[in-house]
Amino acid sequence: MQKQKELLKVTDLKQYFPIKGGILGRTVNHVKAVDGVSFTIYEGETLSIVGESGCGKSTTGRAILRLDEPTSGEVEFDGNNLLDYSKKEMNKVRKDMQIIFQDPYASINPRHTVRQILTEAMEIQNSVPKQERNDRVLELMQTVGLGPHQADRLPHEFSGGQRQRIGIARALSVDPQLIIADEAVSALDVSIQAQVINLLKKLQRDFKLTYLFISHDLGVVRHISDRIIVMYLGKIVEIADKKSLFNNQMHPYTKALLSAIPSTNTEVKRERIILKGDVPSPIDPPAGCRFHTRCPFATDLCRTEVPELRNGDGMTDGHMAACHYMEEIKNGEHQPTVV
Amino acid sequence: MFKYIIRRIIQTIPVLIGVSILVFSMMHLVPGDPAQIMAGESAPKEQVENIRERLGLNDPLPVQYLSYIGDALQGDLGNSMRSGRDVTSEIGARFWVTVELAVYSTIVAVFIGLIAGVISATRKYSFADTSLMLIALFGLSMPNFWLGLMLIQWFAIGIDLPSWVPFISDTSWFKPSGWGSFQQVVLPVITLGTGSAAIIARMTRSSMLDVIGQDYIRTARAKGVKERIVVYQHALKNALIPVVTVVGLQFGGLLGGAVLTESVFAVNGMGKLIIDSIKARDFPVVQGTILVVALLFVIVNLIVDITYRYLNKRIDLD
Amino acid sequence: MTSAPNTYENILEIKDLQTSFFTKDLEVKAVDGVSFTIPKGKILGVVGESGSGKSITSLSILRLIEDPGKIVGGEIRFKGENLLDKTEAQMRKIRGNEISMIFQEPMTSLNPTFTVGQQISESYKIHQGLNKKQAKERSIEMLKLVGIPSPEKRVDQYPHELSGGMRQRVMIAMALACDPDLLIADEPTTALDVTIQAQILDLMKDLQERLGMGILLITHDLGVVAETCDYVAVMYAGKVVEFTDAKTLFKSPKHPYTVGLMKSIPPHDHDIEGDLSVIRGSVPSPAEMPKGCRFAPRCPFATDLCRENLPDLITDEEGNQIRCWIYSDEWNGDPEVDVHAETERTT
Ligand SMILES: Nc1ncnc2c1ncn2[C@@H]1O[C@H](COP(=O)(O)OP(=O)(O)OP(=O)(O)O)[C@@H](O)[C@H]1O
Ligand SMILES: Nc1ncnc2c1ncn2[C@@H]1O[C@H](COP(=O)(O)OP(=O)(O)OP(=O)(O)O)[C@@H](O)[C@H]1O
Ligand code: SF4
Ligand code: SF4
Ligand SMILES: [Mg+2]
Ligand SMILES: [Mg+2]
Repeated sequence: MQKQKELLKVTDLKQYFPIKGGILGRTVNHVKAVDGVSFTIYEGETLSIVGESGCGKSTTGRAILRLDEPTSGEVEFDGNNLLDYSKKEMNKVRKDMQIIFQDPYASINPRHTVRQILTEAMEIQNSVPKQERNDRVLELMQTVGLGPHQADRLPHEFSGGQRQRIGIARALSVDPQLIIADEAVSALDVSIQAQVINLLKKLQRDFKLTYLFISHDLGVVRHISDRIIVMYLGKIVEIADKKSLFNNQMHPYTKALLSAIPSTNTEVKRERIILKGDVPSPIDPPAGCRFHTRCPFATDLCRTEVPELRNGDGMTDGHMAACHYMEEIKNGEHQPTVV
Repeated sequence: MFKYIIRRIIQTIPVLIGVSILVFSMMHLVPGDPAQIMAGESAPKEQVENIRERLGLNDPLPVQYLSYIGDALQGDLGNSMRSGRDVTSEIGARFWVTVELAVYSTIVAVFIGLIAGVISATRKYSFADTSLMLIALFGLSMPNFWLGLMLIQWFAIGIDLPSWVPFISDTSWFKPSGWGSFQQVVLPVITLGTGSAAIIARMTRSSMLDVIGQDYIRTARAKGVKERIVVYQHALKNALIPVVTVVGLQFGGLLGGAVLTESVFAVNGMGKLIIDSIKARDFPVVQGTILVVALLFVIVNLIVDITYRYLNKRIDLD
Repeated sequence: MTSAPNTYENILEIKDLQTSFFTKDLEVKAVDGVSFTIPKGKILGVVGESGSGKSITSLSILRLIEDPGKIVGGEIRFKGENLLDKTEAQMRKIRGNEISMIFQEPMTSLNPTFTVGQQISESYKIHQGLNKKQAKERSIEMLKLVGIPSPEKRVDQYPHELSGGMRQRVMIAMALACDPDLLIADEPTTALDVTIQAQILDLMKDLQERLGMGILLITHDLGVVAETCDYVAVMYAGKVVEFTDAKTLFKSPKHPYTVGLMKSIPPHDHDIEGDLSVIRGSVPSPAEMPKGCRFAPRCPFATDLCRENLPDLITDEEGNQIRCWIYSDEWNGDPEVDVHAETERTT
């Protein structure tokens, strides 16, 4: 891997949501939604976060933008720690970091026309001089594949895929460097989803954008990402470049996750790992390795000792996983402990 | 659940203290000197002073309040200025009359409201639905006292019917005043209950419509459950959750409405007592009655909350 | 499993089913001439994009379409008998007993005010006349069958006390309570995580083998179909456009829509170069339904013939069905057309 510029660096990010209870509404416990997450996004790449519902993907994205105030950690953007910024300074950098949500309809004002939605975003950031805004609106619409005749229509007059295009156009309107896409294509039909994915890739090429792409769909993630983070219960269990992750995954959870996805390729008989039970609650996550309640390889060590994220033997540069036994499982020395 | 009940009871204490302070201070802010009123317009100064001393009206307000509350907790709400009897027994005689009126009205309102609401919801946009909701709208917009007067006119004083109406020639079967017998109870209960019945009917309808559109109703139908059971068991139990709250609020409203209704029908309940006492500036009675009504209101709310909690299993019973 | 000699081969045969919604200003033909069959003990997958009429088809089978919807035509033969001729009372005996159904949202498909046990027991009480105690015992057995740990405890819990995966297991237990001949599962795993989806699909396949019922599995996930189904019906805008056995479909899809659909899914097991291929445009709205082939505005092969005339469902030598002019004698486009050829890859 060539040396790239670090655009965003997250260090030991924690996001604990208080649970209120009792007569006085005191904080009785915490949802440990994100619990010590560290990673770096390089300029121009697409880094994806995958994992099951509730593992903390969205929370990580929101914490980076300080849409929720993180409990602790550091988020360095272009060399500055965002968590030290005042509200005003933060608003300024928001111009460089935009977010696109799953449900485009919920995040755009239904009573504003496309023109108003796009102009408003430019006004807030004051990024484009007033007289040029109109031209910019039409240019943006063209960029995302909408026609100029649609500029004065309301969101409900568009289909789901088109609305998502509006959401993307709005994010682009302020010339951001980083776009956080939280399940941006999940709600779309496959034929429409492909259109939007292609659009996102094209925009990345044309404008040198960097993406933090949050999704639970590993097919989409494989297609769009350079590197991938797998999360489980608020922690990163594996991080790797795409090739290593799909061809040489080290963590038992990653393996199970990949094997669980149904495939249209009926020719190859795959071995499926079916995990038992559900994801435990992030309120009192299991001690030791958080995956031990469902992991076929778990031992007493796993139940007490937290495995650290590390680059083990035979793993490419930058490929890290958090499992005590990853090498032994790989070479067959450590066999499943439960049948 | 038990813990929850205890917690709710503890939570009512500040409410009751608040109400008592409010009532107490209101009575001392209205113009007119109670001692003077008690003594009579032309009474000599010393006599007024005497009364004031005896009633402790010269003490600072907080002291008066505390001694009032202290007594109240022991069941002593002072003496009526008019009759001289103690307020507790003055209220006691009338307490049950008002409670009966409100309870009967609530029962009637809930009964009619639920049935009308369910019928409306299950036959959405039908003739039955439209007419029921029209009637409900009437019921809502009709002033209480006016309805009472109309009912008295039609069914107590009576109207002459044309001779071709069979069997009945006279409609004056019900009694226009008093409380106790069936003939006396019916009209005030209808008067008081109509508005609530209308609100409950509308609430039930919208809540029912909401529930009937839910996925689990489809699940029940897909199981082969009879439509009647789908509606009255699967749907109604869920639809009742918001309705219970409304019923509770209505009961409170009925206590207020009782004031007017009791006056119209000359029912000797707490409502009439309050009005009569206000007219006569009989402060201890007004104070005591409002306090009792507030207590009643709080208790009803408590019961409603607990029922709600029981019905709505989704609220965590910590 | 012993089965009585039956006079029918297919547990379900749908012919030209039409279900419409009569809204204020137009008739929305949600299901417009759907036909397919499910042989006894087989799994049929119905796939299609949102709004293509999958759910309405399944609700039509149980005759659970609500106002302003109406089944306006066709036949639904279940065990040889047309369900559209049955009275409401007869239908109630079939629902939950001979045909049962699981829905997409396990969160909202269970009644929040009844315990899990009460909801499963109900089927036993209605269809088998069991008393409360017997029904509860059977419910516990069912919960055990679908793999819920400590079923004696779970049976008295309310749905909100269970996770999504467990609720879907409860739904399955409820659906299978009376040993149905046909199970309709409308997106049973769409709301679940992949690892939980794998559990549930595994369970369904296992139970299907043990109990031998036919399954109608509705989904928009082609991977799920490939891994679970014997036959597939692909729906587009209220019509079945392709109906084949699953193997054939995934090896050589024939309809341009099916081909496009498969190409537009990014696979998770291999990389593809460059952009994804796409189907241009979007699904037509009911108000602007094309008069010819419904797919014509988006089809790269469309000719005048397609735009003007609706193709019939053609059955080929192997019994596979397809609704596309290319496979008819009247086809007037390129006679050598290859539907698998590279199509556009635009944004
Ligand atoms: N504002 C909040 N207050 C309390 N808990 C929260 C809050 N936001 C999220 N959580 C909890 O934090 C955990 C992680 O949530 P998050 O939304 O990040 O998950 P996710 O990985 O994005 O899942 P999904 O795939 O369902 O979107 C969950 O258990 C969630 O319930
Ligand atoms: N109550 C209704 N009134 C009018 N149109 C309706 C109604 N219910 C469904 N439709 C229409 O019927 C069509 C088919 O709906 P259906 O629910 O069967 O789609 P689906 O294939 O199940 O889609 P999804 O994948 O989103 O569940 C849709 O176009 C929808 O607009
Ligand atoms: S550390 Fe132990 S429990 Fe965790 S993934 Fe590795 S083997 Fe499994
Ligand atoms: S009939 Fe014509 S338009 Fe329709 S799918 Fe076939 S080729 Fe395309
Ligand atoms: Mg999320
Ligand atoms: Mg559907």
